[in-house]
Amino acid sequence: MAVNFIYPDYEVARNYDRCIGCRVCERQCANEVHEYLADSNKMVCDDAKCVNCHRCVTLCPTRALKIIKSGNTYKENVNWSGKTINELYRQAESGGVLLSSMGNPENYPVYFDKILLNASQVTNPSIDPLREPMETKVSLGAKPRNIERDESGRILNNLPPQLSLSMPVMFSAMSYGSISYNAHESLARASEALGILYNTGEGGLHEDFYRYGENTIVQVASGRFGVHPGYLNSGSAIEIKMGQGAKPGIGGHLPGAKIVDDVSRTRMIPEGCDAISPAPHHDIYSIEDLRQLVYSLKEATNYKKPVIVKIAAVHNVAVIASGIARSGADIIAIDGFRGGTGAAPTRIRDHVGIPIELALAATDKRLRDEGIRDYVSIVVGGSIRSSADIVKAVALGADCVYIATAALLALGCHLCRSCHAGRCNWGIATQVPELVKRLNPEIGYKRLVNLLTAWQHEIKEMMGGMGINSIESLKGNRLMLRGVDLNEKELEILGIKHAGE
Amino acid sequence: MQREGQVRIPSGCAISGMINKTGKRMNGEAIIESIAVMHDRSNGLGGGFAAYGIYPEYKDYYAFHIFYDTVFAKKECEEFLELHFDIINLSKIPTRKIKEITDEPLIWRYFVTPLPTKLGESQLDEREFTAKCVFRVNTRIDGAYVFSSGKNMGVFKAVGFPEDVGRFYRLDEYEGYCFTAHGRYPTNTPGWWGGAHPFALLDYSVVHNGEISSYDANRRAIEMYGYKCTLQTDTEVITYIIDYLHRKMSLSFTEIASVIAAPFWQTIERMTREGRDRHEYLRIMFSAQLITGPFSILVGFEGGLMALNDRLKLRSMVVGEKDDTVYIASEEAAIRINEPNLDTVWSPKGSQPVIVCLNGGEA
Repeated sequence: MAVNFIYPDYEVARNYDRCIGCRVCERQCANEVHEYLADSNKMVCDDAKCVNCHRCVTLCPTRALKIIKSGNTYKENVNWSGKTINELYRQAESGGVLLSSMGNPENYPVYFDKILLNASQVTNPSIDPLREPMETKVSLGAKPRNIERDESGRILNNLPPQLSLSMPVMFSAMSYGSISYNAHESLARASEALGILYNTGEGGLHEDFYRYGENTIVQVASGRFGVHPGYLNSGSAIEIKMGQGAKPGIGGHLPGAKIVDDVSRTRMIPEGCDAISPAPHHDIYSIEDLRQLVYSLKEATNYKKPVIVKIAAVHNVAVIASGIARSGADIIAIDGFRGGTGAAPTRIRDHVGIPIELALAATDKRLRDEGIRDYVSIVVGGSIRSSADIVKAVALGADCVYIATAALLALGCHLCRSCHAGRCNWGIATQVPELVKRLNPEIGYKRLVNLLTAWQHEIKEMMGGMGINSIESLKGNRLMLRGVDLNEKELEILGIKHAGE
Repeated sequence: MQREGQVRIPSGCAISGMINKTGKRMNGEAIIESIAVMHDRSNGLGGGFAAYGIYPEYKDYYAFHIFYDTVFAKKECEEFLELHFDIINLSKIPTRKIKEITDEPLIWRYFVTPLPTKLGESQLDEREFTAKCVFRVNTRIDGAYVFSSGKNMGVFKAVGFPEDVGRFYRLDEYEGYCFTAHGRYPTNTPGWWGGAHPFALLDYSVVHNGEISSYDANRRAIEMYGYKCTLQTDTEVITYIIDYLHRKMSLSFTEIASVIAAPFWQTIERMTREGRDRHEYLRIMFSAQLITGPFSILVGFEGGLMALNDRLKLRSMVVGEKDDTVYIASEEAAIRINEPNLDTVWSPKGSQPVIVCLNGGEA
C-alpha cells in the first residue's frame, strides 16, 4: 500500500566524479545499501536501507560518499512532526511496538550544559597539574561509622571491601551478546591498562576474560543469565541491576539470532533461544527482598566483594536510593534517562525516567539529610559525554561515573542507533563473525586508553584551575558550580547558585 | 548589604601563636606585639585572639563569650541558658573605649555548667550537650552569637586591626600559657563581628590564613554530623572538622593532620607497610575531611597547640623556639619582636604538623 512508503530521512550522496567503482562501500555495508551495476558500470544505492552509520563514508578511498539529510518533508506542523507521522505509519502497518537503540535523542534539557565551573583568581592560587601532584584516585565502597583500635591504640582496618580506581570513571554494563567479543575484550584490556573497571552486563562472563577479573564488575540481573559461583567470585564487585536508564520499569530481550555459540554458553541458555530478562527480579518485589539478595551475594562471595545496586533515575530516586543504602549495598549506581541501550521500546526510552543531573543532586542531598552519604558510594551514568560532565557530576556529589556510549564511540560507533538490528558495521553491537572481526581489540583498547587518558588530563586541568588537588575535595563541592538559564526550582534541586550570585 | 554568613567572603590573613610548655602564664601584651608587626597583612576588617589558661578560678566551668545585637536577644538567650545551665557568674566582658573600634555589640561572658537534670535527660555527654546548646543559640536565637565556649580559655575578636582589638579587650590584663592571634584581610565588609577569627567550639579554637578550595565539600560533609555552618568561613568549617575528628572520632592530632592535610598517594606508596596502611585507611575513611587549597592554621586546644600547613605549603608559616616557649607565625619578624634570640627557627613543610603540648601531656 502506498501509505506504507516512508521516504528515507537520509540519503547517500555519491560524487560520481570521484567514485572509482572500487566497491568498498558495497562490501562494507551489512545493510546492503550499495550495489554495483555491471551493465552500466555504476554504483547505485538504496537510501531506504541506510542507517547512517558512516562505515562507507569513512572507508571510501576517494571521499566520494557523504550522508545528507534527505530534505523530504511533510507539510510543516509543530504538533505532528514528520518523525511522529512516520512512526504512526509504521505502527499502523506492523501493529508492533517501536524499537530504538542507544540513548534518548529527544529535545529535553541537558543540565550539564547549563552548569559552569569555577576557577581560582587572586585569593587562592590555581595549581598546575604538570608541576604538582593532582590526584584523581577514588575508592568506592561502604564506610564504617566509627574507627576501631587495638590494645596498643593502633587503628584497625575495619573498612569493608573497596574498589580502587585511578580516576572516577568505569565502563558501564554492556552484555556479551548485546556487544561483541571484540568489544568486550577492548573494554577489559583498557580497564586493566587504566586501573579502572568494566562491567559484564547481564550476559555472563566469557571464559577468556576471567583473567581480567580484578578489573571486572559482574552483573546479576533479572534474567540471571550466566550467574554461577565461579562467575560471582571472578570479579572485583557484583552489581545487581534493578533498572536501566534507557528503559526503566521494563526488562530486556536479546533475540535468539544473537544467542550464538559462545554467547549461548556464556549465558547458559540454548543457542537460538531468546534471552528474556523479566521486568522485575521475581525474587525482589520490595526493599526487604533486595536486602536478601544483597546478602545472598555477599555470602556467596564471603563478604569479599562490594555489592553495587543499579537503578534507573525515576521520580522518587532519592528516596529509593536511601532505602538501598540501608539494605547492605556498598555502592549505588544511578542511570539517567539518556543512558544507552542495545534495544528498548522507543516510547519507554524517550518518555520514562528523569535527567541524571537532577537525580544525582536529589539523591546526594537526600543521603546527606539522612546523615548516611559518607557510608555509601554513588556512581552515575546516562549520559556522561566528556571530562567536563565528569567534573560537574563529581561536584554535584557523585563518587564516580559510568560511561558506555562514550566508550563505544571510541571503538568506532557512529551513533546510528540501530544496535537492535544486529548488523553493526563497526563490529560492536553484532554477533556476525565477519562484522565482529572489523573491530580489532588491539586498536580498540588503545583508543579507550587514549580517550580516558585525555579525559584524566582534562579533569586535572579543571581541578587545578579550581585550586583543588584531590578529587575527594571536589566531591559534592557545589560551590564550584553555577547555573545558567535555569529557573529557581531547577537551581534548588541542583543545589547550586545561578551565575552571578 | 548582606552580612557575613549570608555571603561567603574570601580573606587573606596573618596568624601568630605562642605556647609555654611548662604551663607558665604569659601576659597578653606579647601576642598583641607579635600580630601588630604583621599589620599590613590585615586590612582593619577583623582581628582576634584565643587565650588558654586565663580563667584558672573558673577552670571547671564553660566560659561562654556572647555577642548580642540587642537587649532582646540577650534576654532570650539568658532564658535559654538558665534553662540548660547553672550560671555561676556573668558579666560584661571588660573593654576599653578606643576610637579605632566602633559599632560594638553587647559582649557578655558567662561561666556555666550543664544542669544535671537536663544533661541526664539529653543522654549526651557534657561536652556534646554544651556544643549542642551553642549551636542552638547560634542558629535559633536571632541576634545572639556564642563565639567562645571552652573551659579556662576565651576568644576575643572584633572588626578592626588586631592590635586595636587586643587593646579594646584589655588583653594586657589576662595571663595564659597559650595565645593565638589573627589579623584578617577580608575582600569584603563582613558587616558584623562574628566572622572575625579565631573561631572556636568548646576548647578548640582555630586561626587560619588561606582560602580552602574544598570548602563546600567539607561543609556539606560536616553538616551531616550535627554541625551547622552559619558563617560560611573556612575557619568555621575547619574548627568543626577538628572537633569532629578529635572529640567524636577520637583521632589524635597527628592523625587529624594526616586527614586534613593528607600525604599524596604517591608519598603513601613509598611508605613502610604500617605507615601505608594507616594513611590509606585515614584517606579512605575520612576523604570528606581532606582540605585542599592554601591554608596555614593554628589549632588551640586544652593543653596544647597544633600548627599545620596545606599539602603544597601555599601559605607561609615559621616556627621559633626559645627554652620552653614555642612561637609560630606567618612571618619570622612576628616571632623575633618577642624573642630576638631564638634557639631554633624553621619552616614546617606542607602537611607536616607541629604539635606542642604542655609537658606531660599528649595530643
